[in-house]
Amino acid sequence: MAGVIFFYALSGVLIGSALGVIASRNSIHSVLYLVLAFVTSSVLWLLLEAEFLAVVLVLVYVGAVMVLFLFVIMMLDVNLVQLREGYTRYAPLGGLVALILAAELIGVIWFRGEGLPADVGLTPHPAGYSNTEVLGTALYTEHLYAFELAAFLLLLAIVAAIVLTMRRRPGLKVQNVAQQVAVRREDRVRLVKVEPERDA
Amino acid sequence: MIGLEHYLTLSAALFVIAVAGIFINRKNVIVLLMCVELLLLAVNFNFVAFSRYLDDTTGQVFVFFILTVAAAEAAIGLAILVVLFRSRRSIDVQQMDVLKG
Repeated sequence: MAGVIFFYALSGVLIGSALGVIASRNSIHSVLYLVLAFVTSSVLWLLLEAEFLAVVLVLVYVGAVMVLFLFVIMMLDVNLVQLREGYTRYAPLGGLVALILAAELIGVIWFRGEGLPADVGLTPHPAGYSNTEVLGTALYTEHLYAFELAAFLLLLAIVAAIVLTMRRRPGLKVQNVAQQVAVRREDRVRLVKVEPERDA
Repeated sequence: MIGLEHYLTLSAALFVIAVAGIFINRKNVIVLLMCVELLLLAVNFNFVAFSRYLDDTTGQVFVFFILTVAAAEAAIGLAILVVLFRSRRSIDVQQMDVLKG
C-alpha cells in the first residue's frame, strides 16, 4: 500500500514539474523544473528496480546535460520578453494535438492492452541480485558492437560541438608562448652609450 | 498493486505534455530542446517499465543507448544554438528564415 501511495505522489510531482517546464516564463525556471522531473523519474526507476539506470540518469542528466543547459542560458543574453510574444497563439492547436494524442495513447494502453503482463504483479528480485551486474553482462556480451558504436557517437559529438563553437577572430592580440620562450638576450637588449651632458 | 498500465499512462502523460510544450514554445529554442529531452524521458520510462514487467534486460540496455544519443544531441544542439546566437543575436525560431525554406 505504501508503494502505491509513493507511486502516485511521485507521479504527481513528475507531471507537475513537466508542466512547469513548458509553462515557465523564465528559461532558468524551466531548467530547474526539468532537473526536478529527472530526479523524480530516477526515484520512480528505483521503484522499478532499475537501480543502475536511476543513478546514471542523475549523474548524466542532472550532473552534465542540465548544467550544460544552465551554462548556455546564462551565457546568452536572451531577450525573454521578445521570446514570449505570440505565446498563446499556438496554444489551442497544441492543446488539440495533445488531447488527440492523449486519447490515442490511453485507448491503446487501457482498452487494447488486454495481453499486457500487468495483473501478475511484480515479484521482487531475490537478495543478492545485482541490476548493474546483469546490465553489464548484457552490455559487454550481447550488445558489445552497439556499445562501441555509442562510444564512437559520443566522440563524434565532442568533435562536432568543438568544431561548431570554435572561432578565430582576426586581429586579436594573443601571446605566442614559444616565441617568448625562444627569445635571446641579443634580440631584446640594446646597450646605448650616452654621453653625459655638461653645462656649457 | 501498481501495474504496467500505470507506468505506461504516466509516460504517456509526460509525452503529451512535452508535445504540447513544443507547440506552445514556438519561439524559444532552449525550451524546445528541453521538450525533446522530456519526450526522450517518456520513451525511456516505457522501456524501463516493459523491461521490468517482462523481465528482460534488453529494455534497460536500450535506455542506456537512448541516454547516450540524448546527451550527444543536447551537446550538439546547444553548440548550434551558441553559433546561431553569435551570428544573429537572437534565438527566435521564427527569425531563422535565411534558407527561405
